[in-house]
Amino acid sequence: MKTIYLDNNATTKTAPEVLEAITPYFHEWYGNPSSAHSFGGQVARRLKEAREQVAALLGAETEEIIFTSCGTESDNTAVMSALATQNDRRHIVTSRVEHPAIKALCSHLAGRGYRVTEIPVDGDGRLDMERYQQSFAPDTAIVTLMWANNETGVLFPVEEAANMARERGIPFHTDAVQAVGKIPIRLKESAIDMLSLSGHKLHAPKGVGALYVRKGSKFSPFMIGGHQERGRRGGTENTPGIVGLGKACELAGRRMKEENTRVKALRDKLENGLLAAVPNCRLNGDPSNRLPNTSNLSFEFVEGEAILLMMDEFGICASSGSACTSGSLQPSHVLRAMGVPFTMAHGSIRFSLSVYNTEEEIAFVLEKVPFIIEKLRRLSPYWKTEKRANAAA
Amino acid sequence: MWEYTDKVKEHFLNPRNAGELEDANGVAEVGSMACGDALKLSIKVDRGRITDAKFQTFGCASAIASASALTEMLKGKTIEEAEKITNQDIADFLGGLPKEKMHCSVLGRQALERAIADYKGIAPKEEEGEIICECFGVTDREIERAVRDNRLATVEEVTNYTKAGGGCESCHDAIREIIARVRAEAEPVSRPKLSNIQKMKMIEETLDREIRPSLKHDGGDIELIDVIGNRVLVATRGTCALCKASEQTLKNFVETKLRELVWPELVVEEVTK
Repeated sequence: MKTIYLDNNATTKTAPEVLEAITPYFHEWYGNPSSAHSFGGQVARRLKEAREQVAALLGAETEEIIFTSCGTESDNTAVMSALATQNDRRHIVTSRVEHPAIKALCSHLAGRGYRVTEIPVDGDGRLDMERYQQSFAPDTAIVTLMWANNETGVLFPVEEAANMARERGIPFHTDAVQAVGKIPIRLKESAIDMLSLSGHKLHAPKGVGALYVRKGSKFSPFMIGGHQERGRRGGTENTPGIVGLGKACELAGRRMKEENTRVKALRDKLENGLLAAVPNCRLNGDPSNRLPNTSNLSFEFVEGEAILLMMDEFGICASSGSACTSGSLQPSHVLRAMGVPFTMAHGSIRFSLSVYNTEEEIAFVLEKVPFIIEKLRRLSPYWKTEKRANAAA
Repeated sequence: MWEYTDKVKEHFLNPRNAGELEDANGVAEVGSMACGDALKLSIKVDRGRITDAKFQTFGCASAIASASALTEMLKGKTIEEAEKITNQDIADFLGGLPKEKMHCSVLGRQALERAIADYKGIAPKEEEGEIICECFGVTDREIERAVRDNRLATVEEVTNYTKAGGGCESCHDAIREIIARVRAEAEPVSRPKLSNIQKMKMIEETLDREIRPSLKHDGGDIELIDVIGNRVLVATRGTCALCKASEQTLKNFVETKLRELVWPELVVEEVTK
């Protein structure tokens, strides 16, 4: 059975070009970039190139890039650094819909005496800018807001938010794990002080990430050890991963246009097709201001895990914000923060595309999903009665 | 992804007895859409025997499979037989459920009980009771039942079986109390097994506190020589050593006290002089 992979916000396929670029770093050029010999030195030169490739995609300078092991490490490093360098500041501003890498960290810090303000979102997942403006305190140590939401793809106006923080002298961090490679980013022209990204969300391998730290920012390392990354992140560099991240950033830069035209068109085709074919179905999240690859749809009266498993029978991969998929008993915190009714939240499915998806795949999904929803609704005790009520209204 | 058995997957993909019985004489609805799963069960009972059963489920794969399994199990059973079906029986029928999904089998058992109550025209037992978990509307009765039937010991297990405590978590203390209460009722108070050293120490303490004062009153004394298993070897001193009734004293007084306060199987023996 062919796999139709529409779960690219979870992870992506390593691009063949990336795989080709990194393979020799496992068995041919396996030297340690810190070594004095030229065998290691040649790897150090390649890391420099990778750093340039990452910086180029972000519109940043090479010395502003710190390689890490993942997006979570980048996020943790950014927040902990801001707290460590400003001992007297005990307040954190974030949003209600952050990825667990920030959300769980902030809850952990709240348990250690820090004050955390979570800015709410509206029904479309848009940040409440009025509440944001009112959230600053004299001792706010950092603002951390995601650029693009991993579940809905909704984009936060992080550049505007960063300007507001800068006016008040507050460092601004953004978790841009989902945004990097999908939307243009020019950090040089922004007020963003720190930005997290993850390799495996943009066709690099898992186990590599990066943190952008604006030149001149105060910084305190999270991983303490050797002098790697100019003393800002100890630990021998994941050289194949970093080379792969560099290559993936270069590819993403070149494919950004395709991402925003062809991939977006496929996404729209899938979304509009499903909305037209399936009654009692809705789109979650701001329709206009979101990532070009993400579509979060709710199918009322059916449960997400059941949908996923039925899609799985056809080789279709996606995600759900339902309670049953997460292992917790409550649906996604993002959908709850948006006030999506439970009846809809339990039946939410996130489709996230990539440049590797094709017209044929989308046509196949459009053929199968309405059938799956229909099959599950026939089993649902709510379907008939509710449908009647809707028709009457 | 959940690890489901082939039987769960098979019942999920090809559910048996889906729908509503038009001539049902026992119907029940449990769960709710807000909670993430709901089950409507209808049964047809003819002369004390369930001749047909159908279900409708809103929920995940294991909820659908559990309901499908339940209807298969019910057909042909007498009401008395059906009343004996536990949530574990439903899970077993499917070759087991992931522990986080046991609440799907509990939902099945609840629906069954209510459908039978509906058939009999009586109010189901679980409607009494006080809501403990506000998030999922779970009562103390339901939690007690799950703890008792499945010998649950932790809040996490109660959440897996009933969903109670899976939301805001503010009821966790109340759940802990219910677990403690039910388990205290269920298990007879069993004495912890004592190590030899603990036993010896307790015997020495008991001799000191409870026994020596009265012996000394009569000019006697007792010395602990050794403890071998449940045999307590003692030597009598002073007037006791001369007293003909000392054997009686050892059995009736010392042994009784030690059995009561240290360990019920102790036997006191006097070492030969």
